[in-house]
Amino acid sequence: MRCYGSATRIFGVTSTLTSRTFSGLRCRECGHTYEAEARHVCEDVCFGPLEVAYDYDVIRARTSRASIEAGPTSIWRYRDFLPIEGDPIDVGTGFTPLLKANRLARRLGLKELYIKNDGVNMPTLSFKDRVVSVALTRARELGFSTVSCASTGNLANSTAAIAAHAGMECCVFIPADLEAGKVLGTLIYNPTLMAVRGNYDQVNKLCSEVANTFGWGFVNINLRPYYSEGSKTLGYEVIEQLGWRLPDHIVAPLASGSLFTKIRKGFDEFMKVGLVDEKPVRFSGAQAEGCSPIAQAFAEGRDFITPVKPNTIAKSIAIGNPADGPYALDIASSTGGNIAAVNDEEIVAGIQLLAETEGVFTETAGGTTIAVLKKLVEQGKIDPSETTVAYITGNGLKTTEAVSSVVGQPLTIDPKLGDFQAAWERAQSLQRATWESVGV
Amino acid sequence: MTVQVLIPTPLQKFTADQATVSLEAASVDELIKALDSSFPGLANRLCDEQGKLRRFLNIYVNSEDIRFLDNQATVLADGDEVSIVPAVAGG
Repeated sequence: MRCYGSATRIFGVTSTLTSRTFSGLRCRECGHTYEAEARHVCEDVCFGPLEVAYDYDVIRARTSRASIEAGPTSIWRYRDFLPIEGDPIDVGTGFTPLLKANRLARRLGLKELYIKNDGVNMPTLSFKDRVVSVALTRARELGFSTVSCASTGNLANSTAAIAAHAGMECCVFIPADLEAGKVLGTLIYNPTLMAVRGNYDQVNKLCSEVANTFGWGFVNINLRPYYSEGSKTLGYEVIEQLGWRLPDHIVAPLASGSLFTKIRKGFDEFMKVGLVDEKPVRFSGAQAEGCSPIAQAFAEGRDFITPVKPNTIAKSIAIGNPADGPYALDIASSTGGNIAAVNDEEIVAGIQLLAETEGVFTETAGGTTIAVLKKLVEQGKIDPSETTVAYITGNGLKTTEAVSSVVGQPLTIDPKLGDFQAAWERAQSLQRATWESVGV
Repeated sequence: MTVQVLIPTPLQKFTADQATVSLEAASVDELIKALDSSFPGLANRLCDEQGKLRRFLNIYVNSEDIRFLDNQATVLADGDEVSIVPAVAGG
């Protein structure tokens, strides 16, 4: 066991608060209500997605900035805003660094830029640990002993790891062509791992069929209303880490669109209960050109999504049929934000730019976010004076294939001072041209 | 054309808990009508007032999304497998 931070808490023994702050589930489309069970669609009326319905008067009465600050240094400091009833499965998830990115800001021409770095989230180095911590806690409360998911990689890592910690059986499904780090980073926790010959959307289809006949808790299917709420904590944390204020503009990657909508919900909820002063925040989304159904719809002014077949190195966001795409479109449009796409070369350059300026090594989704951030600044779509937050959702060590051909090689030398001096001089002359062109 | 239809859990209340049903239909549109004949009320769940598939539902024919085929006019062949899948979050 370990502890850290001013809250001095030992993970796994967070104290019990029993009364829940949510009443059930409600259809986002038609408002029809359901019990807080394992269900994800409005099966009585319109098949819209179900969301957790909270009693905000209860939350308002129970929470304050002080009560949150006195909580654990994890997502569970916000547990009154999360859909669980008993003890959480607490593996130290959340409260990741909000890094003031001065060098990257200067490079891009921004005055105040922050990086929310979930590439160092616990336990599996992506934002998925947030949603899975919530989903598996609720799965246990609903009586599931086996949990599962359809994944582009990060969710598989997280579900397998947190299921191992909680002692739950685990079977996860991934496309067969995922990066080696994502596959190994799942297998190490000893789940049953199904590598499906097909893309993510086909994996999703298969999992929906499996969910029909196996009584498992699928975190992103029948547990989706609970699972997706975990992403709200990325909104809460940014508000708190900015000193209880909202940013002016956020940029986040778009895959299914769920993360984007839940960051917005997190901001809205803190305004609703009076934890932060109300103000507008612009939302901009990032996609890879090889899988950009939401960016295409935005560019064409459509309010519906036409699915695509993914073909990009950004596999973690390669969802051709994004379930929350219409909501992401609406948020970007209604807040004065944008949705843009970048090609694979720009994604790699984005990974390098973030690493070289801020010491943060992100995966392809983060490279997409940084590349789109750069593009939007260059196009004048982000005001240099805006307080801007870029969400980095995963760690670069999981997708080394994406950058292995562009980072060069170490200089191999014999253990002799003369060899080192010769190699050093050569390296200096090679790098000088780059330094002169960069000027940071 | 006899096709196999995989029914998602939320719709199995219409099919007496059957996860798979066999029906005669030559297109997806015909299949929706055939489903409604066998299991009254099902078409209203699948489609809106204009008869268009609800936007949070996906239909696959032999694992291919019908939006990559011919949408609701997609032709069905004997032995095809049709899957009805509510939208799923990512990944």
